Amino acid sequence: MARIIVVTSGKGGVGKTTTSAAMAMGLALKGHRTAVIDFDVGLRNLDLIMGCERRVVYDFVNVINGESTLNQALIKDKRCDKLFILPASQTRDKESLTVEGVGKVLEDLSKDFEFIVCDSPAGIERGATLAMYYADDAIVVTNPEVSSVRDSDRMLGILASKSRRAEQGEEPIKEYLLLTRYSPERVKLGEMLSVEDVQDILSLHLLGVIPESKAVLNASNSGVPVILDEKSDAGQAFSDVVRRYLGEHVTHRFIDVEKKSIFGRLFGG
Amino acid sequence: MPASHSESAEFVNAFEIKSGAVNLPVLKLLSVDMEYVSSQLWQKVRQAPEFFRNAPMAIDIHSLADVDIDFVGLVRAMRDCGLIPVGLCGGAERQNQAAQAHAGLSVISLARHELPPPASAPKPKAAPPPAEVHTKIVEQPVRSGQRIYVAGGDLVVMSQVSAGAEIMADGNIHVYGTLRGRALAGVQGNLGCRIFCHDLQAELVSIGGHYKISENIDDSLRGVPVQIYLQDQSLVIQRI
Repeated sequence: MARIIVVTSGKGGVGKTTTSAAMAMGLALKGHRTAVIDFDVGLRNLDLIMGCERRVVYDFVNVINGESTLNQALIKDKRCDKLFILPASQTRDKESLTVEGVGKVLEDLSKDFEFIVCDSPAGIERGATLAMYYADDAIVVTNPEVSSVRDSDRMLGILASKSRRAEQGEEPIKEYLLLTRYSPERVKLGEMLSVEDVQDILSLHLLGVIPESKAVLNASNSGVPVILDEKSDAGQAFSDVVRRYLGEHVTHRFIDVEKKSIFGRLFGG
Repeated sequence: MPASHSESAEFVNAFEIKSGAVNLPVLKLLSVDMEYVSSQLWQKVRQAPEFFRNAPMAIDIHSLADVDIDFVGLVRAMRDCGLIPVGLCGGAERQNQAAQAHAGLSVISLARHELPPPASAPKPKAAPPPAEVHTKIVEQPVRSGQRIYVAGGDLVVMSQVSAGAEIMADGNIHVYGTLRGRALAGVQGNLGCRIFCHDLQAELVSIGGHYKISENIDDSLRGVPVQIYLQDQSLVIQRI
């Protein structure tokens, strides 16, 4: 049985798709057969971030409607043969998704994969609730600002009450906090919530902190999951996150302001 | 002293008559065939001879209303088994007279037998079942957008209540984490209810409809353990 991970947030633009791509790639690079599904039907993005947009033939909705097989729709990643992408349909809307349809696809994927990463759309409507419905684990992506934290809190409430695990009274979904677009400098200036502030409000297990980084935008634009940019801070932070998710003990980084060298200070490094 | 002692001795009561409730085993008669009764009584007594030895016993003929009963035969059968029949209850007037005249049985009036069956029926209702406790205990955080309402009871939240969450109870509310959302106690108008919380950062607190919003809560009471109650129509937030 595969472990189903939902990457969710409530609020849009916080880094769900970036995280989904990085997590999926990271797990696959660790040798685990991983599938990543774009639940954002009608606003598909994951294929762009994964750099496979020109290879999409069939999509998630085709599979649900029986218009194609799962194998026809899954796109194998060119960089890692353990990673497969199931793109969303751009021409349909979220009403095309059904509890049974999604359940069937996840069940079929479970036979073949170790991890299934569900990239949730923003909001708390159908797409988002279906993305989390069958989840075993949830990575709640949050930016260090109040509205994002509030929306994440709302999403946590939905995870706790409207998931399959909640409805069937099973062990609840395991929830992890991933703080993205974090800028220790701005936290120091009091312009941004600190890790402690967010932890205080959400009281969740912290999976990692991804620093605000130019590498993320570059990676998105070039269709390469940022985790593959090993030199970048964001890439390293995501590698840490994957290792932590798999149970390794990895000390948190990128939380404090880095001490700049004298040259760095002089030249604004 | 001795004089008064001997004086009082003269007035020592030989007895007192008091009204007291005595528990008696009751033989509820279901048959008028005394031979049949006698043989069954023997069997019964043989099972616990010590228990029945010289045991006083009342006779209840409630279920044999207005039937001729051989009271002499019944009394003999009981005495033969070592029982002491002391009285009759539940009989009709005619039966009572027969028992008194022929078998020397007194007539015991048991209150419950004088009441018609429908009146005795509500008796179990009078003794309510063990008080039902409606307290609801929530161990998980109450997240933004969630609502919890406890009808007719108290609410205890062991974790935090997030901003944008709403907790309500007809009774009291206890929050052992941080209270950031809304808490409404005594929502059915019970003004005696209180809210207790470990760390007050609430958006709104209300008791029986009297409320206070975050803006009107004194800064010195934020982030500390408090109790909130109603006094003279106004909410009092008190540090505890």
